[in-house]
Amino acid sequence: MSASSLGLSMRDTHGVAILAEQVRAGNVRAASRLITLLENHPKDRAVVGLLDDTSREATVIGVTGYPGAGKSTVVDRLVGFYRRNGLKVGVLAVDISSPVSGGALLGDRIRMQEHALDREVYIRSMATRGHHGGLAQATGDAALVLKAAGYEAILIETIGVGQNEIDIVNLAHTVVAVVAPGLGDEVQAMKAGLLEVAHIVVVNKGDLPGTDHTLRDLREWCPKVLRTVATTGEGIPELAEAIAGHQRSRGVRHVENARDR
Amino acid sequence: MAVASKPLRVLVGKVGLDGHDRGVKLIARALRDAGMEVIYTGLHQTPEQVVSAAIQEDVDAIGLSILSGAHNTLFRRVLELLKEQDAEDIALFGGGIIPDEDALTLTAAGVKALFGPGAPMEDIVKFVQGLKPQG
Repeated sequence: MSASSLGLSMRDTHGVAILAEQVRAGNVRAASRLITLLENHPKDRAVVGLLDDTSREATVIGVTGYPGAGKSTVVDRLVGFYRRNGLKVGVLAVDISSPVSGGALLGDRIRMQEHALDREVYIRSMATRGHHGGLAQATGDAALVLKAAGYEAILIETIGVGQNEIDIVNLAHTVVAVVAPGLGDEVQAMKAGLLEVAHIVVVNKGDLPGTDHTLRDLREWCPKVLRTVATTGEGIPELAEAIAGHQRSRGVRHVENARDR
Repeated sequence: MAVASKPLRVLVGKVGLDGHDRGVKLIARALRDAGMEVIYTGLHQTPEQVVSAAIQEDVDAIGLSILSGAHNTLFRRVLELLKEQDAEDIALFGGGIIPDEDALTLTAAGVKALFGPGAPMEDIVKFVQGLKPQG
């Protein structure tokens, strides 16, 4: 892409419109740059209107759950699954900004290396920048950018630290909560929070002792509970099928509609 | 909360075969503590992976640690790929055991700064802080 978009300001409406056009043509650098602009100017969202394209559809899947449960690995495996089905896949991986320095260490890509050179996979790390609710303020807009750029499956990984991660419910068509077996207290806490909003619960690391107990426990609370071993890929096709089933049951929905509901 | 509205975004990782990541992790943490968003990509990255990730993450800078001795080839390859992708605005800096002679030719080729094993963390942070964030 041309270097003219370097240092582009949101006030330059002509420049931003050109950038949006490049996004719609599938230009990766333009999509990256536009996400940065939306992150840096969250109140200046007029460009989002230029991205609207009803001919494009994207499935938006949220993946949440406590740190260490294996969210990134589950996301990595789902990326592989959707790629084998020929879909272009976008990933938005959200991590928390330090409340002290404002900086952030974003390491979710480490578990997604397999797709690093796949041109049909786009992975973007986002920091919360003080926003509460489990996502960054611009995550919804970033999903719209990816949809406009032609990504058909968009996976959003939340920060996964608390019970207040409700943003993802408004953004994703389907929310998957990932838990690991043996996290007794954390599962108790999740019952009052995340598990209420998750459409599908995954007990990952399902080769560890305590898996059956955790599965039994959760099945009393949640409609759909699955076992996966994301490191080997076990249970991932079943998870993808459960996601598809959930979306069939609710009808296909556009990203922007999901935002508004 | 001390969040800059335009924090610098920096990709930090290791290319090549050596597995010594203690230094690069310390640098990642120091840059985070200085208020930057640090995308840590881990070990054994290829130049192609680094440049592809840098573009997707829209970073302002790439910091690579190379202790394997293959710095001449690897840094040059990253510069070449950045040029191919029209992404030369992304600043490349690095660290490792790099002889002065090589450091001179690499900086002449476009590497913005190189830091040896004894370099104070402060210098590295200051260097990155001196770069301008995009958009």
